[in-house]
Amino acid sequence: MRKVKADPKGVLTGAHYLDGDFAIAEGGLAAGCRFFAGYPITPSTETAERFSERIPFVGGIFIQMEDEIASITALIGASWGGQKVMTVTSGPGFSLMQENIGLAVMMETPLVIANVQRGGPSTGLPTLTGQSDMMQAKFGSHGDYEIIALSPDSPQECFDLTIKAFNLAETFRVPVFVMTDECVGHMHEKVIIPPADEIEIIERKWYQGPKDKYLPYKPDKDLVPFMVKAGDGYRFHTTGLTHDERGYPVLNAEVQDWCVHHLVDKIRKNAHKIIELQEDQIDNAEVVVVSYGITSRVAIRAVQLARKAGIKVGTMRMITVWPFPEKRIKELAGKIKAFVVPEINLGQIGREVERCAFGQAPVIGVTHCGGWVHDPEDILKAIKEAVR
Amino acid sequence: MSREELAEEKNPMEDFLRMDRIPHIWCPGCGIGTVVTSFADALKKSELDLDKVAVVSGIGCTGRVAGYVKFDSFHTTHGRAIPFATGLKLANPELKVVVFSGDGDIVGIGGNHLIHAARRNMDIVVICVNNFNYAMTGGQVAATSPMGANLSTAPYGNFEYPFNLPYLVETCGATYVARWTSLHIRRVTKSIQEALAKRGFSFIEVITPCVTLYARRNRLGDGLNLLKYYYDQSEIQHGADTRTVGIDYQGKLIVGKFVDKEKPTFLDGMNTHLQKVLGEKYVPYGVKP
Repeated sequence: MRKVKADPKGVLTGAHYLDGDFAIAEGGLAAGCRFFAGYPITPSTETAERFSERIPFVGGIFIQMEDEIASITALIGASWGGQKVMTVTSGPGFSLMQENIGLAVMMETPLVIANVQRGGPSTGLPTLTGQSDMMQAKFGSHGDYEIIALSPDSPQECFDLTIKAFNLAETFRVPVFVMTDECVGHMHEKVIIPPADEIEIIERKWYQGPKDKYLPYKPDKDLVPFMVKAGDGYRFHTTGLTHDERGYPVLNAEVQDWCVHHLVDKIRKNAHKIIELQEDQIDNAEVVVVSYGITSRVAIRAVQLARKAGIKVGTMRMITVWPFPEKRIKELAGKIKAFVVPEINLGQIGREVERCAFGQAPVIGVTHCGGWVHDPEDILKAIKEAVR
Repeated sequence: MSREELAEEKNPMEDFLRMDRIPHIWCPGCGIGTVVTSFADALKKSELDLDKVAVVSGIGCTGRVAGYVKFDSFHTTHGRAIPFATGLKLANPELKVVVFSGDGDIVGIGGNHLIHAARRNMDIVVICVNNFNYAMTGGQVAATSPMGANLSTAPYGNFEYPFNLPYLVETCGATYVARWTSLHIRRVTKSIQEALAKRGFSFIEVITPCVTLYARRNRLGDGLNLLKYYYDQSEIQHGADTRTVGIDYQGKLIVGKFVDKEKPTFLDGMNTHLQKVLGEKYVPYGVKP
């Protein structure tokens, strides 16, 4: 893993007043993304607009594709062409991307997709918030696989986590999702963009060995294979079919087992290096509020009120949602009375918490279908119920 | 030639094919292999740096080409070879990117990408092998199936109008359009060579017999018969009005080079326009200093 400083050309150092969508574009540019293919969709479009406005002065490509299928596929091609690549979308577009998210996973292609979530299903609530694509992020494409998903709770984090998403994508050769939502996407706040030399960038795991020895899918010690780019003379092959270390298709149960386990293991066995949680007053808590994204900010108010009422309540904010913090949830489950999980969907992550709590602690979901953020009173009610 | 000399002799395709993946999966009598040979021949004659050639395929019989050619090669998802190639080319403009896939892939499921890549004049070469059906899945009706032909999902004959591919891509903005049958070996080679030498969106349609499915189902004889039939039915009309080159079932095939013109590519247009509008502040992309 080679760490470098950000290329100052893409870094707009200073204090800005930006919305989350713009901050995602700035995060991408700061991370070294020079290729953006996208398709307009509310409430994510401002990211594409910002990128298209900025890239002519940085040097790179913005291309508006004919649909989201083309956007994600162009990203995979461009990533193999050697660029850092990203796109942005929302529910319906994310659905269209699913097949080729699977291709990116199978070809082990680094790329970043920001999903500014809105209410679904179908066209749903184009202009109003939701968090109901969390399971789709994990399981949306067919087959068994693992990805990484981050969830920012502010425009500042949209910037920071987009950079982190690129670093993770390059480290693990995997698609990384920035799962924000309409509320954060359209929220204007102060965003500090640091000087380029304070931004740490992880470079792609470029192969350095002899050309005739290169195997595109031979796992390295950390389970992640080395990568090359088209045009460098390696004459490599890659396919969406089940393949061996050479990248050649081999269609049998044995190679399928190796191939799928490799894709899954490189994330699962490195989960401890990926997962980032923000915990507060968790040590002697009776109740732990588990949340992510915009809902974490709403939960702060409920937690303050609960603490004022003398309830020992801790919080766990999941900055990384996938891979899921299974171990930590399991650990806490044996020590507390209950988990409270507010989210803007009908219990997608709550069910995961329940699975990991393994019956040791009940999980009280505070859920709704989207269109608004929670009323802190509803979360407070659940906290009170938990200690009763 | 002595036994030793024979043993030492190199297969003429060795520089172009992944010999460790041969034999290929194509049926005896299928024309795809012939088109691949023409492609290799065209590359040999082009004197391009083969390390800078990338081949992108989708899914289907022709979609397997990417797996056999010894270049940076990508076997992608069904219909998506063109947007993949678009990303690859734009990310590394030094590359000569060739999309090699079938009619069902490029024109059926991927039709939207085809027309947009032609509209943008994306600098890629598209070789579209047209066998009039979805062969890999068992001979289903396609957007290119002639009316009246019998297909496994048109068991009483096809009653839909097919696409006229040269007309479609010309209308959308392609700068090079040709059509041949797979028995026009030297002409296919020459067209690929011309397309490789060109900047802009090039489209070469190659009519190929599908022996196992289309030919058998329609009782059109074996591969050789149909190959010969297509060839004999061909009439070369360079520069033909593409509106007139639609294909009827077992009818006359108008072949030739229909379009060969110059037009700025996507990248040319982007650089010229932004340079003009933004002046010195613009950072040109993909231009060698």
